Amino acid sequence: MLLTGIAAAFFYMFAFIAVASSVMVVVARNPVHSVLYLILTFFNASALFVLTGAEFLGMILLAVYVGAVAVLFLFVVMMLEVNRVTFRKGIAEYAPIGVLVGVVIAAQLLIVVVGQSLAIEPSGTPALPTPDPAARPNTAALGDILYTDYVYFFQIAGLVLLVAMIGAIVLTLRDPRPHIKRQNIGEQVARDPEKAVELVDVESGKGL
Amino acid sequence: MFETYVLPGILILVHSLALLVVLLVFTAFILYADRKIWAAVMSRRGPNVVGPFGLLQSFADLLKFVIKEPIIPSGANKGIFLLAPLVSAVLALAAWAVIPVQQGWAVANINVGILFVFAVSALEVYGVIMAGWASNSKYPFLGALRSAAQMVSYEVSIGFVIVTVLLLVGSLNMTDIVLSQQDGLGTRLGLPNTLLDWHWLGLFPMFVIFFISALAETNRPPFDLVEAESELVAGHMIEYSSTPYMLFMLGEYIAILLMCALTVILFMGGWLPPFDFAPFTWLPGVFWFMFKLCLVFFMFAMVKTIVPRYRYDQLMRLGWKVFLPISLFMVVATAAFLKLTGWA
Amino acid sequence: MTAQELAQSLVIAAPELLIAIGAMALLMVGVFVRKESANAIVTSLTVALLVAALGWMVFFAPMGPAFGGAYVHDAFTFFMKMLVLIGSIVALVMSVGFAREEKFDRFEFPILIALSTLGMMLMVSADNLLSLYMALELQSLALYVIAAINRDSARSTEAGLKYFVLGALSSGMMLYGISLIYGFTGHIGFDEIAAAVTGGERSIGVLFGLVFLLTGLAFKISAVPFHMWTPDVYEGAPTPVTAFFAAAPKMAAMAMLVRVVMDAFQPVTADWQQIIVFISIASMVLGAFAAIGQRNIKRLMAYSSIGHMGYALVGLAAGTVAGVQGVMLYMAIYLAMTLGTFAFILAMRRKDEGNVEQISDLAGYASNNPLMAAILTALMFSLAGIPPLAGFWGKWYVFLAAVEAGLWPLAIIGVLSSVVGAYYYLRIVKIMWFDDAEGRFVAPAGELRLVMGASGVFVLAYIVFGGPIAAYAEAAARTFF
Repeated sequence: MLLTGIAAAFFYMFAFIAVASSVMVVVARNPVHSVLYLILTFFNASALFVLTGAEFLGMILLAVYVGAVAVLFLFVVMMLEVNRVTFRKGIAEYAPIGVLVGVVIAAQLLIVVVGQSLAIEPSGTPALPTPDPAARPNTAALGDILYTDYVYFFQIAGLVLLVAMIGAIVLTLRDPRPHIKRQNIGEQVARDPEKAVELVDVESGKGL
Repeated sequence: MFETYVLPGILILVHSLALLVVLLVFTAFILYADRKIWAAVMSRRGPNVVGPFGLLQSFADLLKFVIKEPIIPSGANKGIFLLAPLVSAVLALAAWAVIPVQQGWAVANINVGILFVFAVSALEVYGVIMAGWASNSKYPFLGALRSAAQMVSYEVSIGFVIVTVLLLVGSLNMTDIVLSQQDGLGTRLGLPNTLLDWHWLGLFPMFVIFFISALAETNRPPFDLVEAESELVAGHMIEYSSTPYMLFMLGEYIAILLMCALTVILFMGGWLPPFDFAPFTWLPGVFWFMFKLCLVFFMFAMVKTIVPRYRYDQLMRLGWKVFLPISLFMVVATAAFLKLTGWA
Repeated sequence: MTAQELAQSLVIAAPELLIAIGAMALLMVGVFVRKESANAIVTSLTVALLVAALGWMVFFAPMGPAFGGAYVHDAFTFFMKMLVLIGSIVALVMSVGFAREEKFDRFEFPILIALSTLGMMLMVSADNLLSLYMALELQSLALYVIAAINRDSARSTEAGLKYFVLGALSSGMMLYGISLIYGFTGHIGFDEIAAAVTGGERSIGVLFGLVFLLTGLAFKISAVPFHMWTPDVYEGAPTPVTAFFAAAPKMAAMAMLVRVVMDAFQPVTADWQQIIVFISIASMVLGAFAAIGQRNIKRLMAYSSIGHMGYALVGLAAGTVAGVQGVMLYMAIYLAMTLGTFAFILAMRRKDEGNVEQISDLAGYASNNPLMAAILTALMFSLAGIPPLAGFWGKWYVFLAAVEAGLWPLAIIGVLSSVVGAYYYLRIVKIMWFDDAEGRFVAPAGELRLVMGASGVFVLAYIVFGGPIAAYAEAAARTFF
């Protein structure tokens, strides 16, 4: 689908901001600024999704990546005191090797691509033509694909996440240390006023 | 060119401006109402000097904030420090773009309206975090950390509550959500359209969870640990003064109104009248919407006055160990119920 | 996918479904039982769960494709899944005593084993690149955590981290290969890919993808030159974990490798054959020479496993029915020998020092416990490939297949390196029988004795009952032709 008119103008605006802010992620001196630029990048990516009619993906990108994942990034970066100097030193040290590897990979890819020419013929027609977003909301379309056709992969992905969760707990959660007091809500609620409260008649001048 | 782009553009601009003005004026009176209710429960008078019954108190406050001198701490990260209140106010306002107050009365009636609100309200945490970090002071930072954890935690259960409602509706469009409540538990029992059809009855546990999560999501008491005066002075807002501070307050109240509006749309039939016959249908839908909004806000205000503040670990426990399992179970139960009875 | 197709798929994948649901239920059990006994209870329940899945698979599960071509259960997967399940069950049983003695009592351990076993079974059954990758990640993620599970030990943590970083790298390469293959053929299903490259017509992009894919798979079976993580992870991880690593994941990864090259890339055999031949030779040679200098028996087993993977790949390089049959038999025999050897390593326990891992600690084992030493000797002879023990027959099948396929040099290098490899296995035998005793081991626990006995019987009596197994493996190998 080619964009024309105002849509094209918006596309170029969002695309430009997305690219510019992702450059800023890398070059910003302050890591917190880097994360904020990252959020701006996500934002523009989501706008691009909406522009192409993938409204569901756009919103989910905002809710999940910006609303949750980037918050954690921001948390971590704010609490770490990243020492920029040692950071730079490492870069200088490894830059030659990195560049070398990059050049080699790029050259190899180029050989493949040039030797092969970019035009890959799609094998046959696409399984399904893209339906009109107005007639078929892409939430419903995504739901069908994800929960019906690809339910197997969806479930395995769920198991992978379960394993990740178990792993994080196994490797980091310590048993409650004895000097930390914890609240046991059940015990509190089950408390019996008969036992908990004691009424004492105190004679004046005696004290308890 | 003119008809395809310029005219609709101007129309949207006019819509947005009208919404903005009404919303801001409404917020001013909601703030006044909040203070009055709080005062009434404490047997005080509350604001009563500026204007008749103190009605203009909020406008006086506005003037005061605007003409005060803004102070920026010397160690603060200036750009982010000033960006934070803007983010929190603008995002709160942006979410209102998709809220329909009457059939067809929404600036943007988009397919994924509820997701848009969910996404934008998820972003509101940034205002708080940015403020806490940019102030370069430990109390704001601690407040911001607490708030971020709190808002992210309660978004999870809010998300699940929304999912249960969406299961009943079958659409993410806000207008569809309201219209689907014309047909519900009451009509299944053979009654005419009444408030019994709305989702609050069929999904009562979710209604309660949503209400409480909304309190936590907007940092309202009893979950206002972010700005717990006794511990953190004023949380992320300590270093703020004048207009930036006002923007925070404004953002907070507009977010509260947004949550009220969401409660109304998801559970209380939006602009639908409580009884679908003569005297009630005479009033326009927007009246019923506002009426319900005020009702929900009244509950918000009463909770603030009555319930003591939660401790931080209790708050987290409530979110993760109580609401999350219940709402997860309800999603499954609702889906199974709909599948088995074939109501969906 | 219609509801009926889904129901059929679920029936075919019932053993996996059972493990998935059972593992989640056991998580709840682990939380609600008393903390002190949680590990023991959950471990025994997990063993029961895996045995139930094995029984279900053997007696009830029908064969056929499922989930719209993402999953397949046939004679080959049946054989390999059986090996995977046996490996997991035995490793889990062997962990019981260690958990008790070494305060290694996290109830999540057996659950992670069950989940990674699930990943392995899905890997074995994967019938397209997407399900292959997802299953592989499920398996690997669980393994990373298991490697680091003894989190208070620096070595275990290091093992986990090393495995994770290199594993993530290899997954990345594999994913890159998968995307190239998908891009240049337009398919992810193995059969469709085979159709797309039929007649040996393949673009250079597919070849690139194949190389990256094989790189990732070679990492998973720890074949040279992607073996670097193996010795460190084997040494650092707690011994029951090492036993598990040496057994079940190898079966699954090898099965996956066989399916990818025999199913999806059979039309272009010449392309992958040279890669497999190289990897095979490198693994056999490195496995033989690098193990010589080892003092730690777990490191020794790491190099030994690298070498054995090289031998198994000899069969795969042949690319014939006999070759695949050889791989399957080799893996089965390797499984039995490895589990038996690790039962001995777990039994190397002194009263005062706890578990010891040096080869020199075995000195004089024969004078203290001649029966056990005899079994270990048999296992070592079998690992070295001395007739008429099981290990010899494994090598026999793969070398024979290679010779039949005209890969003479490969077979000769294999025989030579197994002669070199025999040196370090025999050194252990010499230390056991002829060196002076330094101290006694405590009597091994019942379950360890059972495993030792079973594997001893297997290697000694394989010549008797090997025929039916070989016949079944041959029938299973024919599914690819």
